[in-house]
Amino acid sequence: MSREVSKYEITIEPGRGFEQYWRDLWRYRELFYFLAWRDILVRYKQTVIGVAWSVIRPLLTMIVFTVVFGKLAKMPSEGAPYPILVYAAMLPWQFFANSLSESSNSLIVNANMLSKVYFPRLIVPASTVIVSMVDFVISFVILAVLMIWYKFIPDIRILTLPIFLLLALAASLGFGLWLAALNVKYRDFRYIVPFIVQFGLYISPVGFSSSIVPDHWRLLYSINPMVGVIDGFRWAILGSNVDFYWPGFLLSIGLTGLIFVFGLRYFRRTERLFADVI
Amino acid sequence: MSTIIEVENLGKKYILKHQKQERYTALRDVMAEKAKRWGKRIIHPFAATNSEDFDREDFWALKNVAFKINQGDRVGIIGRNGAGKSTLLKILSRITEPTTGYVRLKGRVASLLEVGTGFHPELTGRENIYLNGAILGMSKSEIKRKFDEIVAFAEVEKFLDTPVKRYSSGMYVRLAFAVAAHLEPEILVVDEVLAVGDAQFQKKCLGKMEDVGKEGRTVLFVSHNMAAVKNLCTSSILLTQGHVEYIGETQKAINNYLRMSPSNESLQEYLAYNKELGVIFKNIEYLDDDGNIISCPQVGLPLSFRMSFHLLESYDNVLVSIGVETSNDLRTCVFHSKVSGAQLKLVSPHTDIICRLPKLTIFPGRYLLSIKVMSGDKMVFWLPYVVEMVIEDGDFFGTGRLPEKDWGGFFLAEHNWTGIHKTKEDSL
Repeated sequence: MSREVSKYEITIEPGRGFEQYWRDLWRYRELFYFLAWRDILVRYKQTVIGVAWSVIRPLLTMIVFTVVFGKLAKMPSEGAPYPILVYAAMLPWQFFANSLSESSNSLIVNANMLSKVYFPRLIVPASTVIVSMVDFVISFVILAVLMIWYKFIPDIRILTLPIFLLLALAASLGFGLWLAALNVKYRDFRYIVPFIVQFGLYISPVGFSSSIVPDHWRLLYSINPMVGVIDGFRWAILGSNVDFYWPGFLLSIGLTGLIFVFGLRYFRRTERLFADVI
Repeated sequence: MSTIIEVENLGKKYILKHQKQERYTALRDVMAEKAKRWGKRIIHPFAATNSEDFDREDFWALKNVAFKINQGDRVGIIGRNGAGKSTLLKILSRITEPTTGYVRLKGRVASLLEVGTGFHPELTGRENIYLNGAILGMSKSEIKRKFDEIVAFAEVEKFLDTPVKRYSSGMYVRLAFAVAAHLEPEILVVDEVLAVGDAQFQKKCLGKMEDVGKEGRTVLFVSHNMAAVKNLCTSSILLTQGHVEYIGETQKAINNYLRMSPSNESLQEYLAYNKELGVIFKNIEYLDDDGNIISCPQVGLPLSFRMSFHLLESYDNVLVSIGVETSNDLRTCVFHSKVSGAQLKLVSPHTDIICRLPKLTIFPGRYLLSIKVMSGDKMVFWLPYVVEMVIEDGDFFGTGRLPEKDWGGFFLAEHNWTGIHKTKEDSL
């Protein structure tokens, strides 16, 4: 017993150590699974069509975009069927948008827990990303069905997809942590986030190929980290014959890394005040 | 006995902002404030920037708190509302960080600041046991091992696969407490959970906490229920205004607590204010027959309620009622000026209205008072559940004994017993 006790020796003082935090994070890893599991279980409770919602939403958006950009505006499709072009971008975009909005709201939704129990707060926004991951997997199955329908065979490049997914994850979590922390203090961000998501859908190349952006604007356009992610997804899935725009992609990676580090730092810095201000 | 909790020079500072009433800051306010300050600096570039001082005030919820607790102690933490009890517990359970000082803990802390934290209404009882267990810091294998025990303790076997939103509030609380009670931390922090549930369940909880103490674990218990504290705790800490007033024997701490004048509690300036009629309901106080203010009335003794009003103009034909409610929304009784035939007036600028009970007969416990004041048929105040009244045990029967809580009943009534014995000759 005494060994057991000494294992948990803790000192609580202002400005607690960094090291202890990561140890706690590891100790509470099961809570991470449980929160994700709860969110997945609860997601479509008391809805009639349940999981079908995660199929219908991306599918309808895809159809609308195909009609508007592909059929009416007659934009180029990089040699792939337009629905697949759109859908390949919808995948990372939906993932990004969902995890961004869920994680930025997560602390407020769980305010009750925050003010009653201790655990590393990072777990809450991080676990919401898992839920978006599940949606991503469901959407991916639809993509597979679409590909069979259009008899479209992807090449070996599809194996690089996890790299781009990781980039989307870093971008959404980086932003998400930042916004979640800000949201605790300034509830304005509850209204800003849906706006960012809505706005982002149009400035990111979801409905169209980024090759239509004039070359001299291309680098500037890549400041949006999702441009790099979406281009990457298209490159991997469509095997598009359009050149991969490396400078833009590298810029996206750099910015995403920066956002992630700053988001995490801001979160850690304000975390100890959450219980007092929420 | 080894020291398991060591607290040194602990302090927690909050910054009060007097201007704002919102609990959270809006970005708009921050930007407006920044803009104002910039504006000022441009207009008066050399003025001292002390504009912050008047709308911010430091408030020390805890200051210079120091104590040591040994392993296996059951320690009560008592004090009035706002004395810093909850802040202390929040620091010990690591929910907030202290501003100064340190706490050294040798063991896992589990807090029951409010049972049922993280319960999700849509999830079933079974799912919530796992979720809640994980939130409170149990591992999955630990929960699995104790699962049957938890279910048996909560008495919810039949409803395990029902969403908890369909549970009765009693079942909900039982399940929540059962999960928390089966944590095996070295230090258990409990805040007022015993206020919930029926009498039988309360007894079960007290028993569980006693067991926890006997197993060599440390219990910190915060409550307003002096009887429970007395029952459960080997020693107690009395907090007033953020510092330790007394530490030691429970009985002495309770005596000190009861003796404290309640005036330092009234941070709030008044209880209620009717702007339209210009009436301030200053406060309600409990008095003994010598006119001394007491913090907790005792059963069996005379009790007076004194309500103080400040008014701009006078009101006739005033009717006052005080309803006494239990914590589960049950009205125990009502003292009503109309029924007792009193003719009351509120006279400007200041009126005290007193309601005297020759002998308090309500069963000891925690109650909430709902107060209504009317003038004619004009509502002056309707304040449901506005103040708490804790009735202490007292020597009602002159025998030094009171009925147990779980015998049932809301009132004590004086009564006599006689046995009449008849001999054979009488019955012939």
